[in-house]
Amino acid sequence: MLAAFQAPHLDYAALGPEIVLTATLVVAICVDLALDERSKVWVTRITGLGILLATLPIFYLADQGISGEARVMFGGAYVTDTFALVLKALLLISGFVVFLLSFDYIGEGDYYEGEFAYMVLSSLLGMVVMASARDLVTIFVALELLSIPGYLLAGWRKRDQRSNEASLKYYLLGVLASALMLYGMSLIYGFTGSLVLTDIGAKLGGPAGDKPIVAVAIFLVIVGFAFKISAVPFHLWAPDTYEGAPTPVTAFLSVASKTAGFIALLELTFVAFLGRGDVTRPIFWVLAALTMTIGNLTALRQSNVVRLLAYSSVAQAGFILVPFAVATRDEAQEYIGSAVVYLLLYAGMNLGAFAVVIAVARRTRSGAIASYRGLFSYAPGLATTFSVFLLSLAGIPPLAGWYAKFAVIRSLFVDFSVAGAALGIVVAVNTAIAAAYYLQLIREMFFRPAEEGVDVRPRPHPAPLVAALGITLTLTVVLGFIPGVVARLGDLSTIFTG
Amino acid sequence: MAIIDGNVNLDNAVLSVATFAPLAGAAVLGLLPKREEFLVKAWALGTSVFTLLCGLYLVLRFDYGNAGAPQFERSHSWIDVINSNYHVFMDGLSLPLFLLSMVITTLCIIYSWDHWPEPRNPKAFLMLMLILETGMLGSFIAEDLILFFVFFELVLLPMYFMIGVWGGEQRQYASLKFFLFTLFGSALMILSFLALYFKSGGAGLEPTFDIPMLIERGMSDTLVRSTELLIFGGLFMGFAIKVPMFPFHTWLPDAHTQAPTVGSVILAAVLLKLGTYGFIRIAIPILPAAAKEYAPLIAVLATIGIIYGALGCLAQKDMKRLIAFSSVAHMGFVMLGIATLTDYGINAAVFGMVAHGLITGMLFFVAGSVKERFHTLEIRRLGGLLVQAPKLGWILGFCSMASLGLPGLAGFWGEFPAILSTFNPAEGLSVALFRTCMVIASIGTVLAAGYLLWLFQRTAFGTPKEEWATTEVHDVERPEWLAWAPLLAGIVLFGILPGIVFDITDPAVNERVTAAVVAQGK
Repeated sequence: MLAAFQAPHLDYAALGPEIVLTATLVVAICVDLALDERSKVWVTRITGLGILLATLPIFYLADQGISGEARVMFGGAYVTDTFALVLKALLLISGFVVFLLSFDYIGEGDYYEGEFAYMVLSSLLGMVVMASARDLVTIFVALELLSIPGYLLAGWRKRDQRSNEASLKYYLLGVLASALMLYGMSLIYGFTGSLVLTDIGAKLGGPAGDKPIVAVAIFLVIVGFAFKISAVPFHLWAPDTYEGAPTPVTAFLSVASKTAGFIALLELTFVAFLGRGDVTRPIFWVLAALTMTIGNLTALRQSNVVRLLAYSSVAQAGFILVPFAVATRDEAQEYIGSAVVYLLLYAGMNLGAFAVVIAVARRTRSGAIASYRGLFSYAPGLATTFSVFLLSLAGIPPLAGWYAKFAVIRSLFVDFSVAGAALGIVVAVNTAIAAAYYLQLIREMFFRPAEEGVDVRPRPHPAPLVAALGITLTLTVVLGFIPGVVARLGDLSTIFTG
Repeated sequence: MAIIDGNVNLDNAVLSVATFAPLAGAAVLGLLPKREEFLVKAWALGTSVFTLLCGLYLVLRFDYGNAGAPQFERSHSWIDVINSNYHVFMDGLSLPLFLLSMVITTLCIIYSWDHWPEPRNPKAFLMLMLILETGMLGSFIAEDLILFFVFFELVLLPMYFMIGVWGGEQRQYASLKFFLFTLFGSALMILSFLALYFKSGGAGLEPTFDIPMLIERGMSDTLVRSTELLIFGGLFMGFAIKVPMFPFHTWLPDAHTQAPTVGSVILAAVLLKLGTYGFIRIAIPILPAAAKEYAPLIAVLATIGIIYGALGCLAQKDMKRLIAFSSVAHMGFVMLGIATLTDYGINAAVFGMVAHGLITGMLFFVAGSVKERFHTLEIRRLGGLLVQAPKLGWILGFCSMASLGLPGLAGFWGEFPAILSTFNPAEGLSVALFRTCMVIASIGTVLAAGYLLWLFQRTAFGTPKEEWATTEVHDVERPEWLAWAPLLAGIVLFGILPGIVFDITDPAVNERVTAAVVAQGK
């Protein structure tokens, strides 16, 4: 007789954000079908609202869960711990800001507004799932769910050749990365006999982890995600894709999508791979040093602001990789905490920078750095706001970015090693290089007169864009003075390790 | 020592209010309409006067019998995770510099009233000035390394914009150089702070960024020598670039020459002091043993700075650049006093910081006014100032005298005791080396007299040059008088009664700085 089917335990509260997002997705599609062309904006409004609603269960769970146990489902494949909660909140808020950015951009460009909304939404759903995914299959499914809409979004301006190129490049390299990762995952499954990260972690720490081929498997999986977070030398898609894609999509890719990639890396590294820290540390060391240095040096030579921000975000990924390069199992929380702190602060300032780029492009219809010349003389508010974000990205106190840099540098000191010290020097040098190109933009805006023929009349900005600027600017300034809030969130983000 | 979780009372609240009032004022200023220029200026002046009143209240409430002890102390948790606190207090070391920053900012706003450098925009200019003030004030009262770091860096941006937007022709180069030099120094400084933090923990103690606690824990005793030297090296770079000491001084002449007048004044009067203050407040008391090992190097670099700065002055063709090089020389005297690690030398250094603030601040003001009248600072093209604008000319003469260290004026009490102190450096330091430095530094004072009197002679004496012969030059105007009178009075007052400052600084230097050095020698 067959054993009766046992329904898996479902913790509806823990799945709250995912359920709300899925429901919103369904509603958005139905509403889109019923509306005529002129009122498509309602689809965007509904999805924006849905994202905000999805944060509510997180607050409820956070209230319940700060001192309590992690909620584990499906035999350890799906876990809602404090780490997941903090990052889900980050992803949803970033997603919401992206919606604010795209409100008028997509509407005014006569694009497919409704479709755009639920593409972003399903990608966001994939990211939120990623924050809880704790087995190889769930991680892979989440990755595909967040990536495939991303490929489509990058090509949203379908009559623009560069947008097509952006999409195609992103797609081809993304698929290649997935293939490598899958191969690595299958090897790991073969050696450990498990898909669940906690089991893999236990086995890799033991005799099963000693086989040389395990190192290859780990390498392949990390490379797969290195594409996602655009780490050098797997970053080649990023500048072209960022430049060609609609700017709100670029903001989405460079913040939310990158965060999701880091979430997966954090889960894999700290739950599963650290038993073979001797393999992961050198890989991450090289990735971090290369990513920072090449990203920054290439950014110095850019003449287009979106490309500059693209390389800047490549370099920023290098900084986030720093804690991985020195991570040890004993002090895991210190390293996870500093990476999470960086992700939290990075989201605000980078989204803000893209918001300004969108606002400026509305006036100048250009992304050339030269078109920012003299911005301060005719749009002082935008110029000042942009400077705040740029200087924050450069890590100048008292703007929020300083604490992000501080957190990763601090992680190098937790367990002092020569490799760590060497990486510290790389970080210090890179901070100075990065300052140079952020200042170059500021120089154009503040120290040079505007070019002839620029329309200098004041022009109102759409309310959602102003709201996005307001949110990100407030966060970037306020958190610089009270970084304790973010530091606490980083400290609270503990990953469930079984 | 447990952190005294200072309950809020009126006095320590006023300390924080005074520090953050300019920042709040700048935020409000940002909301005022740009077109209402009078309102903008009045608000900025009101903010700075309010801040100054808070400062005067603290000066009145200060317990002078106990100037070495922390006063108006307040400690509040700030970044729990790294055990960093909002810990501030005032003692005899902070008080003179705290007050100096407030006075200078207020006077700069008065001076600017109708002297706007191009491209005008008083609103943005004043906002930067107020943000700058918060950074300066905070640096002088912060007792937590991270808090200090944030305030220390807060001054960087406004000054960068001030030079870059309102500066002279080479402003882009000068501002970038200023920024990158300082940023590089502070990157090394923060690494040292972190190293101190992690090394301060262990044996049941929580690691800390708290300055008094780090001093108390005697880091010099627990650290390995090479580590300690490395950590001090990081601090040294951070502070020495800011001072600036030879050979890190090259940003200074460019920044000064290109900055607008009040930018130069603030830079010379206060910002340079952040570096020397960092040595006295942080580097020396926390790591006295390393300080002793570095002291000969500091003394030698300071002496080179004195001579190099003076020779640099003699070669300058531009008045502002000349004054900038004289700053390198004067800060050399301050660093020489600090390098002795004695009570005597460090007191002289603190006095030197205040005196240099007043005198060089004044000199830059005068240079700014000369530039405004003649549209050039080329010494060759100037002359006969005493004929065309006698008051301005005499003020220049007076400040030159003060700057060269004429007894009876403030400059004397910074330089003379600093030189004297090198006769007897702290125990364990090479007497021969320091006395050699003393002799060479004395030559520096002669050179100082040379370049300053020569400057005065070339610009003020004689008859006006042909190109200005027919120009109507107006003499000192009311905003200038208002801005300058307090500084001129201060130069005379501190020259005649140096005890006012020494009485405050001496107990603080004793208890907070040299006590650690002396304890180390035993």
